[in-house]
Amino acid sequence: MTLSVDALSRPGLEPLSFSLAAGESVALSGPSGAGKSLLLRALADLDPCVGDVTLDGKDRRAMSGPDWRRLVGYLPAEPGWWSDRLEDHFQNWDALAPLAGRLHLKAGVDDRPVPQLSTGERQRLALLRAIERKPKVLLLDEPTGPLDEEATAAVETLLKEQQNHGLALLWVTHDRRQAERVATRRFWIDRGRLREALQEDAQ
Amino acid sequence: MTDYIRLEYLDLGLSALLLLAVAGLSLALQLRIERSLALAGLRCVLQLFLVGLVLTKLFQLVSPWWTGLAALAMILFAGREIMARQERGFQKLWAYGIGTSAMLMAATLVTLFALTTQVQPEPWYDPRYALPLLGMILGNTMTGIALGLQRLTEGARQQRAGIEAQLCLGATRRAAMLPITRQALTTALMPIINALAATGLVSLPGMMTGQILAGVEPMEAVKYQLMIMFLIAGGTTLGAVTAVFVGLYRLTDSRDRLRLDRLAAE
Repeated sequence: MTLSVDALSRPGLEPLSFSLAAGESVALSGPSGAGKSLLLRALADLDPCVGDVTLDGKDRRAMSGPDWRRLVGYLPAEPGWWSDRLEDHFQNWDALAPLAGRLHLKAGVDDRPVPQLSTGERQRLALLRAIERKPKVLLLDEPTGPLDEEATAAVETLLKEQQNHGLALLWVTHDRRQAERVATRRFWIDRGRLREALQEDAQ
Repeated sequence: MTDYIRLEYLDLGLSALLLLAVAGLSLALQLRIERSLALAGLRCVLQLFLVGLVLTKLFQLVSPWWTGLAALAMILFAGREIMARQERGFQKLWAYGIGTSAMLMAATLVTLFALTTQVQPEPWYDPRYALPLLGMILGNTMTGIALGLQRLTEGARQQRAGIEAQLCLGATRRAAMLPITRQALTTALMPIINALAATGLVSLPGMMTGQILAGVEPMEAVKYQLMIMFLIAGGTTLGAVTAVFVGLYRLTDSRDRLRLDRLAAE
């Protein structure tokens, strides 16, 4: 399984090419407004863009948008919710309870309406929601931004496991140490231009 | 209609004294509404006399072409009104196009249905029946469509995160937009549902009042009013559902993306 991107571009993003293999974890960094979120949205096919994007050699234009997004999940920095009831956002919330516990989510979290949950709780729940659909690639926009150290470690461990099972990850992170911990490769993006960076000159 | 009381221009003048009194009051209390009141009053007089003249002419002609032309003009005016009522909604031309075509379809269908099966004037396009019926259906359908489109575009902006979250998990555009589609249609149909529920209790409907003043038996007037209410409910629903669904497809694209970039910038 390989996600392969060839000359992908959109307003705010210069044509870029790279590939991402199963079980890889790539950290993406760059200043604010450099195009990190634009890139993730383009990969999830949420905005019009041009270029060839294939998964396992299959062109995404040959499949529907929803089919593509089931394979290539995207977790934005501020995930959205469409119902006040937490269970409505999951296929089977009960089956996820053990995973929720591992992410330090308290047992009664599903009793509260979604707007009353903290930003950190919602962030972890959105991650579970994305993982539940079993995507092949997961695009993460600062998934541990609002989390404390302990919860961050739990999220990283969970993602590492998924990665070992073949999930490919593309993380946006501002935290250099996190990038060093989780990434097998690192990308740097600035003013819409993407380049692969060595660890040393990534900053 | 034996007991119909004709109004003389003098009677009209007497009732217009009330407007003058309001203007006087505004001057005395420095409310500063006398200018806009005078203007609105003047427009009202001119517009209604003009409509009266046009209708008199149309009723004499009983021509399908002139009646059709008048109907089309009414629909185009109503479309403009829908467009004007959109705030940060679809771009002007799209709002006009979606609103007018939905209204053209709904109001025409429902009016033709009423003319050919229920009212059955001779000939069926007799403007004395066709134009007032169309007018009443159009006015309500217009409001429904304007409200529905506004709520749809507003909802899409406000609930963008929730809609895109569903899309990201593989939902189709129809599924992801279902909550705001529902909200838009509820908003569009609220006035007519309220009108159906409250009619007669709070106020007598205008058309029924008119018929009673013109000497029609109350029960006969009630029958007419009920028919009109049902026609309005049907027309509003048909028009609002059409407009909201066309709007939904305009707000999304064939890759099931949310396309807020297709809304007017300001």
